[in-house]
Amino acid sequence: MAVAKKKRNTKPVGKPAVEIDEHIVEILSDSGEGAQKCGQSFGAIAARLGYGIWTTEIIPAEIQPPARSVEGASGNRIRVASRRLTNGGDSTDLTVAFNEQVLLGRLRAGQLKPGSTILLEDAWRSSDDPGIAASYARVYEELVAQGFDVYEVPMHAECLKIVRDPRRGKNMFVLGLLCSIYSLNVNAAHEQVKFIFGKKGDLVVASNQKLVDAGFAWAEKNLNIKFKIQATPPVEPHVVVNGNTALALGVMASGMEVCAMYPITPATSASHYLSDVFEKVGGVVHQAEDEIAAAAFAVGSSYAGKCAVTITSGPGYSLKQEVLGLAVMAEIPLVVIDVQRGGPSTGQPTKPEQGDLLTACFGSHGDAPKVVMAASDIEDCFYSVITARKIAETFNTVVVLLSDANLATAQQPFPRPELSAEWLAPPVDQSPVDPDYLPYNWDSRSGQRQRVIPGQPNGMHTLTGLAHDRTSGVAYNLEVNKEGMRHRSLKIAALQKTLKTPAVFGDDAGELLVVGWGSTRGAIEEAVQRVKADGHRVSSLHIKFLQPMASGIKEILNRFDKVLVVENNWADSMDDELIDEENRRYSNLGWLLRARCLVDVDCWGEVGEQPIKPGTVERIIRERLSK
Amino acid sequence: MSTKANDFLRESARVEHSLEDYAGCTPRWCTGCGDNAILTAIQRVCREEQLPLEKIVFVSGIGCSSRFPFYMGTYGFHGLHGRALPIAEGIKMRRPDLNVFVNTGDGDCMSIGTAHWVHATRYNMNMTVMMHDNNIYGLTKNQASPTSPQGTRSNTTPRGSVLKPFDPLQATLGMSNLSFVAQAPDWIPELLFQIIHEGFKHRGFSFIRILQRCPAFQDNRWEPCIQNPDSLLMLTHEDGVQLSPSLARVYKQSVTHDPSDLVSAREIVGTSEQTPVGILYRNPDVPCYEDLRKPDQLYTPELIKQGLDEQLDKFTIWPRD
Repeated sequence: MAVAKKKRNTKPVGKPAVEIDEHIVEILSDSGEGAQKCGQSFGAIAARLGYGIWTTEIIPAEIQPPARSVEGASGNRIRVASRRLTNGGDSTDLTVAFNEQVLLGRLRAGQLKPGSTILLEDAWRSSDDPGIAASYARVYEELVAQGFDVYEVPMHAECLKIVRDPRRGKNMFVLGLLCSIYSLNVNAAHEQVKFIFGKKGDLVVASNQKLVDAGFAWAEKNLNIKFKIQATPPVEPHVVVNGNTALALGVMASGMEVCAMYPITPATSASHYLSDVFEKVGGVVHQAEDEIAAAAFAVGSSYAGKCAVTITSGPGYSLKQEVLGLAVMAEIPLVVIDVQRGGPSTGQPTKPEQGDLLTACFGSHGDAPKVVMAASDIEDCFYSVITARKIAETFNTVVVLLSDANLATAQQPFPRPELSAEWLAPPVDQSPVDPDYLPYNWDSRSGQRQRVIPGQPNGMHTLTGLAHDRTSGVAYNLEVNKEGMRHRSLKIAALQKTLKTPAVFGDDAGELLVVGWGSTRGAIEEAVQRVKADGHRVSSLHIKFLQPMASGIKEILNRFDKVLVVENNWADSMDDELIDEENRRYSNLGWLLRARCLVDVDCWGEVGEQPIKPGTVERIIRERLSK
Repeated sequence: MSTKANDFLRESARVEHSLEDYAGCTPRWCTGCGDNAILTAIQRVCREEQLPLEKIVFVSGIGCSSRFPFYMGTYGFHGLHGRALPIAEGIKMRRPDLNVFVNTGDGDCMSIGTAHWVHATRYNMNMTVMMHDNNIYGLTKNQASPTSPQGTRSNTTPRGSVLKPFDPLQATLGMSNLSFVAQAPDWIPELLFQIIHEGFKHRGFSFIRILQRCPAFQDNRWEPCIQNPDSLLMLTHEDGVQLSPSLARVYKQSVTHDPSDLVSAREIVGTSEQTPVGILYRNPDVPCYEDLRKPDQLYTPELIKQGLDEQLDKFTIWPRD
């Protein structure tokens, strides 16, 4: 019987490993069973050995969702390859599940590659609860019937030989299992165990290393699956962090001293990490009473010469709008990081979306010009904060840095940064100013002004969110208000003059140009590469500065027969009966490009549970090319 | 070596600041508005303390009272409705050298900015907060505020307000980490000065509710108190407010109240038929948030690099030998 054969497939000793370029591995468990830790460890080991990795967290909405529930799946998805990776890839090649229920959600969402390998904890087959045993058997049969290559693994039984509570040990057993399957040196796993459990003492380390060994040994003896991916050992040091940690490290490296925040998913982990370490470089994280207070606190700090950042996500970003308008009006430097999530309203707190772009550009009432930029990968999260601080202080304006739930928890190695003194903020200027100084001494060509900071003798003035003249006095004359508006707008234009035209990925002209921004860069470029390989003349363009936008973009757009914006946000589909050219709501960047470039830009947007996949973009490109 | 800044410091140390030095634009408040009295009192406090002009920041929200910073010759931040306190906190956090004052009104502080007020009390940052309480929204032209007496006729309550007023003193005296609460009327200059001065000298969050006259929309609100000195209860103490002999002749209703006695402060506020004036509570031992969170050393680029490298080490994969 096929089932029985699969169940206990023995591997001929010394069977050669199958050479592959890449694989996507998923580890799923109930919340609290440690699949996250297993996945992160596997990713870290692979990165250390020189593989390209991109890891993605699978997070349930609740802290303690019911055990063995479809919605409760918690885990990690690791894409491992012989080359550098820029995104999470397509569907999963190998899944390890601690119970059959957590697997179902992923299966139904189409995340598992048809016919892919599944390693399933078999303890449920003999559960005392007849309902559980029956459910397990049913799902098992269903998986086999669908053609999945299912292996039952006695994780519980094997771990019980080493630890009293296998629920707390399975994850390391699985780590050993994966080391065997992917032909990784088990010593690397031992080092990782020491790294993560070192603080808990030698006994804990030893017991977890034993679990790793047990998993490794079991797989060597009982599984006939073995892969080998070529690694390229790194020649320079790399750091492996997720996007939120990279943002926090960027805050430290930017020389900012104050971060004011209010807890919000998925931005908070940046502040968690910063709270732990910021003080070591003289910084402080202030957890304010609400989002508005966090922004106002940051504005106060920046006003007093200590440029500050406030980190939030969509709902918090909405709440801060009035304060951002004040910073724009009074010309106070401020960095705002929006780690976007699914919206509107409370939306989908743990799911990725790029739906805040237009709010970032046009939020706050009246004309409130500000700078909007986006990070495209993990490394970019780090450097973007440094750039954002610098622009904010140079132009005395608000800089919004957009990241998203995709980057927030994804890990990707990048070359270890070396701090440059130029990244840091200058000391607070406390020198006396000319008694004739005007607080808003706008330069009529660039809109720039020299800002004076409290403590500077002779510089006393009252700053206001009211329309004001060059003395910062209330503008009772409408012409004066217009003057302020003109100069605040000119500053953005002045910054624009310094921006470089983004480089086209691929040929400079062709059939189709795919345009994107933020975290979708990797997926878009990979898709473009695949389609190009078939001889199609497809290129892509990634826009980092969304407001202002660099010169030369319109010219690039015009060199292609068609332009398609791909985004992780809503766009009406022309396939819907009601939708036509006159009522279509475009994706965020779609609107911007159409308005900015007067080019008939098409768009495609997806709002789903997962980051946009290269395969999906590939499909859309092929569809558009065939139209 | 002598730098420009050093010269200036030397010179400014010699200068004696006059009242006029602390004055900014000419106030545009209504004739008879209590804000004018508050402005005079605070300018006296600044002169008394000889505060350097550049080391003072007046922060306000939006409203009649919040125009205050414009009328001072110091640094000022006229911010957003209700948000003066978090802005002031941000300023003070890393600039302990700045003397921070906040001017806010009953609507600004106790309606749209209530959350900030509660938490500012808890943070206990070193600043002096003057809550100009005229029991009405003035700048938006006559709407009932949270402290408007029941029955107040205004543009939003044409048949009289139906709710009982909010009591700022009772609320404040119930807050956590409280360190200074006082009440002062705008029409007794000597007391107003003394109480704001005590608030300034207190290291911590000094909250002063000022009973403020609004001749435009709440003309008779404090008239009974002004006409009848016995309606005010003077809280005096050797460690608090003291009445001059001439004031003592007019204000005969007085009790000795020790500002360190929170229970007695709550009792006075909760039970007295009269309006208390003076320092209700003061605790100099409550730590200030900016002190609790201050960096332990001066951070140089070298130290920042060291700190960052230490973090990066945790995440670094080194090339294998």
